[in-house]
Amino acid sequence: MTKKRLIQKIAFITFGFISLLVVGILVTILGFITIRGIGVVNWEFLTAMPKDGMTKGGIFPAIVGTGCLVMGSMIFAFPIGVLSGIYTNEYLKDSWLKRFIRMMTNNLAGIPSIVFGLFGMALFVNYLKFGDSIIAGSLTLGLLTLPVVIRTTEEALKSVEDSLRMGSYALGATKLQTIKRVVLPVAYPNIITGLILSIGRVSGETAPILFTVAAYFLPKLPSSLSDQVMALPYHLYVLATSGTNMIETRPMAYGTAFVLVAIVLIVNTTASLLRRFLQKKVKMD
Amino acid sequence: MIQAEAKKINVWYGDFHALKEISMTFKPNTVTALIGPSGCGKSTFLRLFNRMNDLISNFRLEGLITVDGENIYSKDAKIDEIRKGIGMVFQKPNPFPKSIYENVAYGLRVNGINDRKTVDETVERSLRQAALWDEVKDDLKKSAMSISGGQQQRLCIARALAVQPRLILMDEPASALDPISTAKIEELIFELKKAYTIIIVTHNLQQAGRISDYTGFFYLGEMIEHDKTQKIFLNPGNERTQNYITGRFG
Repeated sequence: MTKKRLIQKIAFITFGFISLLVVGILVTILGFITIRGIGVVNWEFLTAMPKDGMTKGGIFPAIVGTGCLVMGSMIFAFPIGVLSGIYTNEYLKDSWLKRFIRMMTNNLAGIPSIVFGLFGMALFVNYLKFGDSIIAGSLTLGLLTLPVVIRTTEEALKSVEDSLRMGSYALGATKLQTIKRVVLPVAYPNIITGLILSIGRVSGETAPILFTVAAYFLPKLPSSLSDQVMALPYHLYVLATSGTNMIETRPMAYGTAFVLVAIVLIVNTTASLLRRFLQKKVKMD
Repeated sequence: MIQAEAKKINVWYGDFHALKEISMTFKPNTVTALIGPSGCGKSTFLRLFNRMNDLISNFRLEGLITVDGENIYSKDAKIDEIRKGIGMVFQKPNPFPKSIYENVAYGLRVNGINDRKTVDETVERSLRQAALWDEVKDDLKKSAMSISGGQQQRLCIARALAVQPRLILMDEPASALDPISTAKIEELIFELKKAYTIIIVTHNLQQAGRISDYTGFFYLGEMIEHDKTQKIFLNPGNERTQNYITGRFG
């Protein structure tokens, strides 16, 4: 075997080994959570209120709470993020303004989530007097996802070939018509997928809801947007670190972790299936 | 009679002087080929006629461009109206990811024409003119992405014809196609000449010789020579033209 072939072989074996390692880490985490958690999960765990100092019962209010927060944040972040992404990618010419907006969006994405939590508390809870509430928590989570939604939209739009836009302009279409009739129909599978992936991220965030909405123990369902709720990630934190009886709540913690991970995996799988389906549809019609 | 005219055109991209003092006229029902080495400005010149260069941020133009006697760069000219009246076919086929029917109907729809009967008739007429009707008439609802590259390019021609343009611009329309598809496009150009005026940019000198009535030779942003194609190819008046068409540079 020649030397360069040998080097190539060694290189690729190393790369392969490292890739496997990454998969291995993920499988280990998932396996660990599943083994510890799946035994706890049953119908009652998913649908009952917690009781006996959270050592018995279920996590139903936390599931509902997380659901409310995800929905609330998406209603806020999706339209604003998508429209802003369309504006920066399609309308803004290459200028200092565009670079400035890009830079700010990136910086926004880099702000630690606990800082968002603090800001949300100052603005929504205290200044706007929403109190600890679904609305305050949703808006805070929405702010956190906004840069992700904007970037996703921009990336999806960037992947649309310019020749399609040119073809549309050449037929007398305006910019808005071109975006609506040619660019978005091509880009939307990727935009939708990105949006769904950001749901997965939002449902696991703890810090932004800590001071804005999350309740330590609240065994009832919310009845309005100004109610507090329990939420899965915060509930997990409580069970693992500050429950009334940590030895007895430990299995509940793993059960909660399992449910949270399962939700994220289901959401992500849905996203990729949906993308494949929509892309096929775009090609067909 | 003159269908389109360029008068003392100068174009800059920032500091780069891309076109220098170019004047040219185009007679109705003729094909004019623009030839010259890459980067000579022929595509830039072509794109002046439907204001596609306006999309480039540091583009600047001096001079006059008229189509049917209308100054298309006048202050009150509406850019989308101008583009609607001038068809363009690009180097790479760029059908929209829609059905064959909707591709041809696109120019009508964005201009507010949605009447079923009008659209149906226009789609058929355009596809017939583009010599594609017989091949796709049973598959109008099929995706335009599912037909061959040569068919896609003829679809793009049909799409341009649907809005009944006053002038058709073609930017190397056959350079991404195989020889058989290329021959079909060339035949088509010959047919279209009966009803339309065509300006075509091409790198293929044989193609220019086969299909065009007039040829303009561009070099480094200048128009060196513009004359009947026969004259350019058999008896060029300029040494640089002679050198280019005999392959001594380019």
